[in-house]
Parts: sequence; C-alpha cells; structure tokens
Amino acid sequence: MKKTIITLEDVWKIYVMGHVEVAALQGVSLDVYQGEFVSIMGPSGSGKSTAVNMVGCLDIPTKGRILLDGKDISHLDESDLAQIRGKKIGFIFQQFNLLPTLTALENVSLPMIFQGIPADARAARAEQLLTIVQLKDRMNHRPSELSGGQQQRVAIARSLANDPEVILADEPTGNLDTHTGENVLDFLHELNRKHKKTIVMVTHDPHLAKRADRIILLKDGQVVKKL
Amino acid sequence: MLTDYFRYGIQNLTKRKMRSWLTMLGIFIGIAAVVALVSLGQGLQKYINDEFEKMGRDMILIQPKGELGAPGTTTPVQLTKEDLDEVLKVKGIDRAAGVPVGTIEIEFNDVKRYAFALAMPVDDSKEYSVLELMFIQNYGIELGKEIEDGDARKANLGHYYLNRNLFEKNVQLGNKVTLNGEVFEVVGFYEVIGNPSDDQNIYITRDAYYELFPEKKDVYNIIYAKAALSEEPSQVADRIERVLRKSRNLEEGKEDFTIQTADSFLEAFNVILGVVQAVLIGIAAISLFVGAVGIMNTMYTAILERTKEIGVMKAIGARNNDILLLFLIESGILGFVGGGIGVLIGMGFAKLVEIIATLVLQTALLKAYFPWYLIIGALMFSFLVGAASGLLPAWQASQLKPVDALRYE
Ligand SMILES: Nc1ncnc2c1ncn2[C@@H]1O[C@H](COP(=O)(O)OP(=O)(O)OP(=O)(O)O)[C@@H](O)[C@H]1O
Ligand SMILES: [Mg+2]
Repeated sequence: MKKTIITLEDVWKIYVMGHVEVAALQGVSLDVYQGEFVSIMGPSGSGKSTAVNMVGCLDIPTKGRILLDGKDISHLDESDLAQIRGKKIGFIFQQFNLLPTLTALENVSLPMIFQGIPADARAARAEQLLTIVQLKDRMNHRPSELSGGQQQRVAIARSLANDPEVILADEPTGNLDTHTGENVLDFLHELNRKHKKTIVMVTHDPHLAKRADRIILLKDGQVVKKL
Repeated sequence: MLTDYFRYGIQNLTKRKMRSWLTMLGIFIGIAAVVALVSLGQGLQKYINDEFEKMGRDMILIQPKGELGAPGTTTPVQLTKEDLDEVLKVKGIDRAAGVPVGTIEIEFNDVKRYAFALAMPVDDSKEYSVLELMFIQNYGIELGKEIEDGDARKANLGHYYLNRNLFEKNVQLGNKVTLNGEVFEVVGFYEVIGNPSDDQNIYITRDAYYELFPEKKDVYNIIYAKAALSEEPSQVADRIERVLRKSRNLEEGKEDFTIQTADSFLEAFNVILGVVQAVLIGIAAISLFVGAVGIMNTMYTAILERTKEIGVMKAIGARNNDILLLFLIESGILGFVGGGIGVLIGMGFAKLVEIIATLVLQTALLKAYFPWYLIIGALMFSFLVGAASGLLPAWQASQLKPVDALRYE
C-alpha cells in the first residue's frame, strides 16, 4: 500500500494587507505519496508557492491541517518548524539562493552546520553530494563563478544535505534556458528514482511537468484538476 | 559550529572591507583613547606612588605657604632654625632637617647656567643629611664620592651635568666649576632622579652654602621630619601643626605654613588624578558610544542587505537563535577587531607620549604603563560593545518570518 507523506486537509491561507484580504489558498486538499514525483501547475498567483511553502514549514495555514509524515505541522512554533525544515525538507528555489560568500562545498555543508554535524563528516558528505550533481571539480568555487545551471545543481546537492524525505522545488528551471532546465530535471529525476526522494515541483513548463508522475493544477487557490 | 559562525561573519565582513573598516574606526578611536589615557594615568599614578614609597610613609613635609613646588623663589614667609628646633621637640619625631635651597650661578667652560643649590647639614645631631632627604635617599652617587663635612670647596652635581653637554662639554670628576664666583671641585655625580630640575641640582656643604648665601643663614625652604616608627605620621603632623602655630603665634586656620604627610599628599593626588581621568575617559566613552551606534547602523544595513540570505538559512534549518548568534558574532568581531586595533594604537600613542615626555620635556613622570587587565579588559569590552550594538539588529533578523525574508528582493 502507498504511504502518504504529505496531506493537506481543507487548507486556507489568507494574507491580510491593511484592509485587503487575499485568500491565496481556499480549501486545498491533496495527498502526496512517498516516493512520488508530483508537479504543481497553475497560472501566476494561483497559490502554488504558498502551498509549497506551507508543506515546507516556512509558514502555517490560516485554517486546515497539514500532515507531514503523519505529523500535524499546522500549529507548530517557529523553532519546531525550523527543526523539521532542517531534517525532513530540502528546498530548491527559482533563484538558486546560494550564499554568495560561501563556496559550493560550504553551501552544501550549511544545512548540516545547523544540525550540528561535525566538520569532517560534513565535508565528506558535501563532497559526495557534489559528486552526484557532477560538480566535484567546482566545489571550491563561489556561486558567482558558476553558471546558472551549475548553481542550481549545487542547490540540489544542498537540498540533499540532511537526507530529507521530501524535496520541494519551486520553479527550479524558471531562471534557466530549456536545455539547462532539462538537465536540472534529469538530476531531480535521478533523486526520485535512484535516491527514492519524494519530490514536489512547481513549474510553468507543461513539457517538464509531464515528466512527473502526476500533475496537480491550481487555480485561484483551489485544486482544479489532479492528473 | 561556533567556528563556522565566526568564519561566516569574517567572510561577510571582508566582503565589505571598506564599510567594515569605517565601522571599526569609530570603535578603535574610542578604545585607543581609553587605553592611552588609562595607561598614562596609571603610569603617572604608579610613578608618584613609587616616589612616595621611596620617600617613605613616615616622611612629613613642612613648607611655607605660597611656595608650592618651585623651591628657591623668595617668599615673604620663611621657615627658620627656631621652627626646626620646635619641630625637633615634638613628641613622636624621629629626626628632622631643614633644607635650604638657593638659586646659584654655575660657570664651566665659560658657559653660565642657573641651578638650585642644596646644602648638607654640618652637624647631624638629630638631622638627616640632605642626601637622605629630598626623596633622594634612594638615589646614590653614581660616580665619585659624596661630599663630607669640611669639604668647603667640593661639590656633588646632578646627573645632567655628566652627559647632557650643558656647557658644550661634559663636566668630569675633578673638574673645577665656579659657583656664584667661587671655585669648587666636582667630586661626585648623582644617579638619575628622573625629573629635569632635580637632575640639575648642585649639592654643597652647609658651610659653603652659608658663605655663598649669607642672608639665608638658618632659613629653610622645606623642613623634613620623620615620624618615629611607632607613631602614626598624620598624628605627628597634627602635633607639629599645633606646636608651630603656637611658636609662630598664629590662629587656627590662619597658618602661614603647610604640613603634608606622604599619605595626605598621595590621597590628594589620587583624588585629583582620578577626577581628571574620569573626565577624560568620559570623553573617550562618548566616542566609544558613537562607535557603537556606527556598528549598530552597519548591522542594520547588513541585515537589510542579507534579508533574503536569512530567509534561505531559515529555509534550510537555521533556528532563530542561530541567526541571532550569527549576527551577534559578526558585530562582536567588528567590535573586537576595532578594539584590538584601538588597543595597539592606544599603546603606541601612550608610548609616544612617554618618549616625547622623556626626550623633550625631560621628565619621567609620563610613563606609559600597560597592566594586563587594561589590555584584556579593553578587548573584552570592545567585543561586548560590538555584540551589544548588534543585539537589536540581530534580534530583528532572527525574528524575520522565513517566507517574508525569502520574498525580499
Ligand atoms: N506574503 C504575502 N503577503 C500578501 N500576499 C501574498 C503573500 N504571498 C503571496 N501572496 C498573494 O497570494 C497569492 C498567491 O501567491 P503565490 O506566490 O502562492 O502564487 P504563485 O502561484 O506561486 O504565483 P507565481 O506563479 O507567480 O509564482 C497572490 O495573489 C499573492 O499576491
Ligand atoms: Mg510562485
């Protein structure tokens, strides 16, 4: 039987800006199973990032429940959320978001620092992860010395640092050309197939979205279709 | 982990070198000023305390009023042989001596100079020799020998005459110098006393002195008294005051002389020095405060610039405390490095003042003194100032909501 790893139950997110309320999510319910590769699509402003951020414990819903690996994370405080983010979630962002002052190796090590892993163990694992994304020879380069595709591969390596259950990728190819985007997606696929990671990827590219096991379509903060 | 935080802080600071240096400028000027002032103040205090230590706690000074510091200048009030005799009669006095000081013309190698001449007592029934007095008792003859009773035309000279070329050539043992027209043989030189005036003193016997200054017979510029070992110097001083007031026929509060003990002198001096130091350090503290505001400003800017970075770090597992610590360490480094440079500059400056004081002003009074607690204290303090100034910005950074921080451009 397939094990659900992420469950959203009637999740609402309402942003209040002055007197205006924006309902970014309006009763979203969905399940993601362990080992799945799910794409989320939808027009701009439909709430894709909002949903992914809440699964990633970056924010909590206004209403509804979110279960991560069976644990309700909808009401946790910031330090518990940080703990779960560090251990169970790997983030990949559209803008890569590597720290500019750190080398590739240090960037990949950073999540392990926050988990208190000793320096030599960190360095060994970071090197191993950079080998997976074929950047071992660039490990002492800083982000400014790497191409966009290479930076995103470093970010992929970083997302794996603490061996998380779930990888969340919000438009990981949004800043890359088609070819490089395909290449990055190849690595995500490898993570899914070879390393058995559950992956949730937001994308605007239908071609890339099709490579996932399943596509979830959002519109105006609601799930309109599960393919 | 902490070392990683330090490395992260250093990397970020070196990335913005100019800004970091400018920020540290504020701290190091403040710290440099504090270190320089404290070390010179401490040096001065140590010097004075040492001098009094040498002179002894039991020493009591009696001087005519209105004559502060510069001996030899004529004052209407004078201390006389009668006063000395009265002092010698006071209970609890071990010994006492009157020191006559006169301005004398010394000629050598056809060059004339003026200096103070001090007379040694001839009879030393209960009197100290001048050589034992004048704080000199710990300064001996460096070259040659001390003059003795009966050495009517022999003199000892201060250390300056030995090597300072005061007469376009150095005076040497056995040379003849002319003092107020009379020829004296130089039989000895004193070791360095440390202040230019003392080091130019000329010592002659009391007989010779009275010959040169007949009008000053039995007139003293200072009377030194020594309290007996079993006595409390301040009480003996009180007794002397009472006796002299009576013998000189003066009302209480209208004395024309002052009596000082080493303790009273030191106390007064330490109070004055303390106030002066407090004022100066207060001024330095203002500059330190400005430096602290500078650090705070820099940290706010840094946090604004790195808001997104903070969001990323939170996304990959940094807790609020991690972010707080990261930025506290960063501002602490600013303070610490600024303080370190400040300590070095302050020490250098104090040393410079000392060198200038010795070379130009020829005084050993301004000696820079660097106790370890000053240096460690200054470094720790500057780290704390840095961390404290960073506290508010760092706390603000730590409270950023991850989603908001990530969205920040
Ligand atoms: N922090 C916030 N404060 C206020 N409104 C917000 C906030 N975050 C998102 N929103 C609003 O919520 C809605 C959904 O935003 P979200 O970023 O989830 O959309 P998206 O589907 O990811 O869009 P895109 O494809 O452009 O990234 C938008 O209308 C947006 O303006
Ligand atoms: Mg989005």
